[in-house]
Amino acid sequence: MSETLIKIRGLKFSRGGRVIFDNVDMDIPRTGITAIMGPSGTGKTTLLKLIGGQLRPDAGTIEVDGQNIHQLKTKDLYALRKRMGMLFQSGALLTDLSVFENVAYPIREHTKLNERMVRQLVLLKLNAVGLRGAMDLSPAELSGGMARRVAMARAIALDPMMIMYDEPFTGQDPISMGVLVKLIKSLNDALNVCSIVVSHDVYETMSIANYVYIISAGTVVEHGSPDEIRNSHSEWTRQFMEGLADGPVPFHFDAPPLLDDLFAGSGTRRG
Amino acid sequence: MVDILLDRIQGLGRGTLAAVSRLGRANVFLLEVFAGLSGMLTRPGLLIKQLFSVGVQTLIIIVVAGLFVGMVMALQAYYALVDFGAEDSLSVMVVLSLLRELGPVITALLFAGRAGSALTAEIGLMKATEQLSGMEMMAVNPIERVIAPRFLAGMISMPLLAAIFSAVGVMGGYLVAVELLGLDAGAFWSQAQAKVELFEDLGNGMIKSLVFGFVVSWIAVFEGYDCIPTSEGLGQATTRTVVYGSLAILVLDFVLTALMFGK
Repeated sequence: MSETLIKIRGLKFSRGGRVIFDNVDMDIPRTGITAIMGPSGTGKTTLLKLIGGQLRPDAGTIEVDGQNIHQLKTKDLYALRKRMGMLFQSGALLTDLSVFENVAYPIREHTKLNERMVRQLVLLKLNAVGLRGAMDLSPAELSGGMARRVAMARAIALDPMMIMYDEPFTGQDPISMGVLVKLIKSLNDALNVCSIVVSHDVYETMSIANYVYIISAGTVVEHGSPDEIRNSHSEWTRQFMEGLADGPVPFHFDAPPLLDDLFAGSGTRRG
Repeated sequence: MVDILLDRIQGLGRGTLAAVSRLGRANVFLLEVFAGLSGMLTRPGLLIKQLFSVGVQTLIIIVVAGLFVGMVMALQAYYALVDFGAEDSLSVMVVLSLLRELGPVITALLFAGRAGSALTAEIGLMKATEQLSGMEMMAVNPIERVIAPRFLAGMISMPLLAAIFSAVGVMGGYLVAVELLGLDAGAFWSQAQAKVELFEDLGNGMIKSLVFGFVVSWIAVFEGYDCIPTSEGLGQATTRTVVYGSLAILVLDFVLTALMFGK
């Protein structure tokens, strides 16, 4: 079995005339946590959707477990997706079902297990994320962090070979953030799966990642182990990692000199 | 000057292309929904749940509207007919209007406003909160599990609601004609019975409501599924469901009436 689970070659993707990926190559290993980081709007979520086969690239290939995901028939794509877990930024829980039913949903859809088995599996999954006690609550009664933990339990319901996390730390308080960081790490270690964490929360992501890709402006800017990234000499990487306001990504949006603008008369430049 | 003209022509072209491509998407979507209908056989519970929220929860507005429309019809018919001493034919006018036109059309308009907009909003919100994407990633086809039951429930509910609307409307007409205006109850029912044809009137009305149910449900689920997943996009999609749905009903009503009753 190959050590690489996901192989991306020459990926090109654009939307609405804007190039999002331009010739991206990536190798994501079968085990361990791979972080994909980059500023907002660089297409990190789009990349997950491309890997999951929800979007089609303009050019290039994405192979998941040796299968070119965009050449699969719907039936085969769905069979492969049963082995993928995905945690959406919002949790994407089904709002008309309880927490228990949400976690039971993929099990009921894809297995013929009896009700007793389903219940035991769901309770074990919920226990793993610490929310067994919340099984009767509805998604509307959960905090953002709890909703993501339930979504995690649902993502691991069918014991997938990989779990994709889309911005798991965004908008979380420090405690929830700590819980999510610990959970991603412990689930990855316990299940020995491939975890892909897409995030721009540098500190949290770097603390658990085994390998890091940094993408910006459609290309992979840098990749390596967290230590290699921390010691990078690239000005861009340093600005991103240290959160500096000015650098290769300028503080000012492109504009003519201030003095010229101040004496240019009234109105905006367009009008 | 030439630039402005070219801009206009380009804008027109772009708009037309966008409309045609959207219509194409709507048709492909409909085929996918048809393909997804087979899933209902193994999961009847999904359909029953939707029949409740699409059909049963629309019942009250249909019953109240039907009652008042029937009552108003009876009053208007009475004022028009009494001058000719033909008030005994009042029931024929009320029943035929309800069965042929008002039942299917008003029910469909109310259905588009109440159930259609709710369907669009619900599906659109599921899209905006990534629930549909989430299902896809769980290897569950959202068209089969979410869209098809709602579409089928709309199609089944519409003729039933139209039948209830017409029945309650006739009762409303009866209340005004017999209880309020003092017409003879026997004449009311016998006139109606003599003049109403099973297929010509009742059957054609049913066909109309089936067609309206199909079109409104299609528009409602498509608008929800195709909406831009933001609060603004969702609002626009809901409005489009009601506007397009209502216009489609009125245009189709003319076409169907011309086909059915034209000699």
